[in-house]
Amino acid sequence: MRRERLRAEVRRVKIAVCVKRVPDTETRIKIAPDGKSIDEAGVKFVLNPYDEFAVEEALRLKERAGEGTEVTAIALGPEAAQETLRTALAMGVDRAVLLTTSRQPMDPLITARVLSAELRSGGYDLVLCGKLAIDDYNHAVGTMMGELLGAASVSGVSRLEIEGNGGRAEREVEGGIEVVEFSLPAVVTTDKGLNEPRYPSLKGIMQAKKKPLETKPVELEEETLEVLELALPPERKPGRILGEGPDAVPALIEALRNEAKVL
Amino acid sequence: MGGVLAILEQREGMLKRVSYEALTAGRRLAEAKGGRLHALAIGPATLDPSQASRFGATTIFAARDDRLRHYQPDVYAALAEDLVRRNGYDAIVLGATALGKDLGPRLAARLSCPLTADVTALAMEDGAIVVSRPVYSGKAILKLRVRAVPCVISLRPNNFYPEESPGDGKLQELAVPDVQLRTRTVQFKEPETAKLDVAEAPIVVSGGRGLKDPANFKLLEDLAAALGNAAVGASRAVVDAGWRPHSDQVGQTGKTVSPALYFAIGISGAIQHLAGMRTAGVIVAINKDKDAPIFKVADYGIVGDLFEIVPRLTEEIKKLKASE
Repeated sequence: MRRERLRAEVRRVKIAVCVKRVPDTETRIKIAPDGKSIDEAGVKFVLNPYDEFAVEEALRLKERAGEGTEVTAIALGPEAAQETLRTALAMGVDRAVLLTTSRQPMDPLITARVLSAELRSGGYDLVLCGKLAIDDYNHAVGTMMGELLGAASVSGVSRLEIEGNGGRAEREVEGGIEVVEFSLPAVVTTDKGLNEPRYPSLKGIMQAKKKPLETKPVELEEETLEVLELALPPERKPGRILGEGPDAVPALIEALRNEAKVL
Repeated sequence: MGGVLAILEQREGMLKRVSYEALTAGRRLAEAKGGRLHALAIGPATLDPSQASRFGATTIFAARDDRLRHYQPDVYAALAEDLVRRNGYDAIVLGATALGKDLGPRLAARLSCPLTADVTALAMEDGAIVVSRPVYSGKAILKLRVRAVPCVISLRPNNFYPEESPGDGKLQELAVPDVQLRTRTVQFKEPETAKLDVAEAPIVVSGGRGLKDPANFKLLEDLAAALGNAAVGASRAVVDAGWRPHSDQVGQTGKTVSPALYFAIGISGAIQHLAGMRTAGVIVAINKDKDAPIFKVADYGIVGDLFEIVPRLTEEIKKLKASE
């Protein structure tokens, strides 16, 4: 009886987590022959690390709220992104939706629109996603979804509390931390430091195979940003070893002062 | 019609350096397109945006109210959206700071226009805006042509050197719009000890696993203090180990930094770390392993025991500063 009351006090929320399939951080980037994309041969793809914080946070909220709370993972990507969604399912997400497309939009608004259309039909109270994807580095899709859905949004959150019909979040900004209050429904984009994402357990991996994963082909809007070139950054000119041990320090000071002129 | 709007950023009523960078990039773009440069400054009643005219702004719109001391996303977005709709700019530029990375996407979504984020180079080619932006955390550079008007462009800090250019700088006050605050910034927590952010500091002293113990970061803090205007950064390994806060992490899942001078101390140079600091002006590496990958990107290296080298370096820097 008492336990039931406690549970009822924690509001049950319908949570969506948007995730992306990206090359692993250890990937050495090679440019494809077209000079406009990466050579994917031999590249290991993973669940975007910032999205892992979003998945973990959704699962923690669900664990607090108890039964009746459902977590859905949604991705936009190629068929191969099923694997990414299976990772989220193995971590503990209940169901997954893959919006399949053959190309990755350059304009983050195109991505945000497709995801928002799916989110709108789901009636979610809370949408979580990483603050950025480590491939395109746009830091935009989550916040754009908030605007498109007419919902509150907070980006780059390293601390989150959901209470009743709203929440409180902290985000790291230059020189301090902003404390933000918001109403639900909301989109929250997650930063490192929010939590420690769990590894999928063996049991979780087995269960993930049986969980529902729906795929829906989607049409993307016409691209507004045209790729002219993807290139490796200019090589740094070779440097030099000034010596060994503390005796090399004066040579370093000399070089920084008179050659590089930065001291 | 046409022209460029630069959105300025302030702290405690003072324009931040990134505002001058946005004005400089915005003015060059406006000149290339043959349009005007307007500025939008939002902040507390004490905010003085007049400096913007020294960087070429012909009109400075200012919304000054103590309720706007901190970033309030719904108000900022409404003010900017309204100005763009009224004046029909071709481009909106702002810094890719915590504020700009939040406001830029809001504005692009409201205006149904593209966003190019974290841009490091900006030009006009055949009448179209062309931007370069690092992707894969700086492991590659993407060059894009913008095929829509307007476009929101956020600029990576420290990439557009502020350049003065007189404008007439007419000041026009804006009323604070009465919009529903779905998101409210209620507090700004400053760190207990005022410290520079690794993303903003002109000098960064970073440490890795070679420091062996969190307490040994004191050595780097002493070096940073001796250098002045320096921040202490950290590799992913030591952040994951809980030695240093995540806000100090440099690399692909941390911050990308472009200081004038970067020290990598006891950092081997994993590819994801290199991605976060390779655009630094001068890189110094101190490591006991002469084959560590960090030496491949470093301008200057010292091989040896950091516990002997760093205190000596701090001492020499102190002597140097004392003699100046």
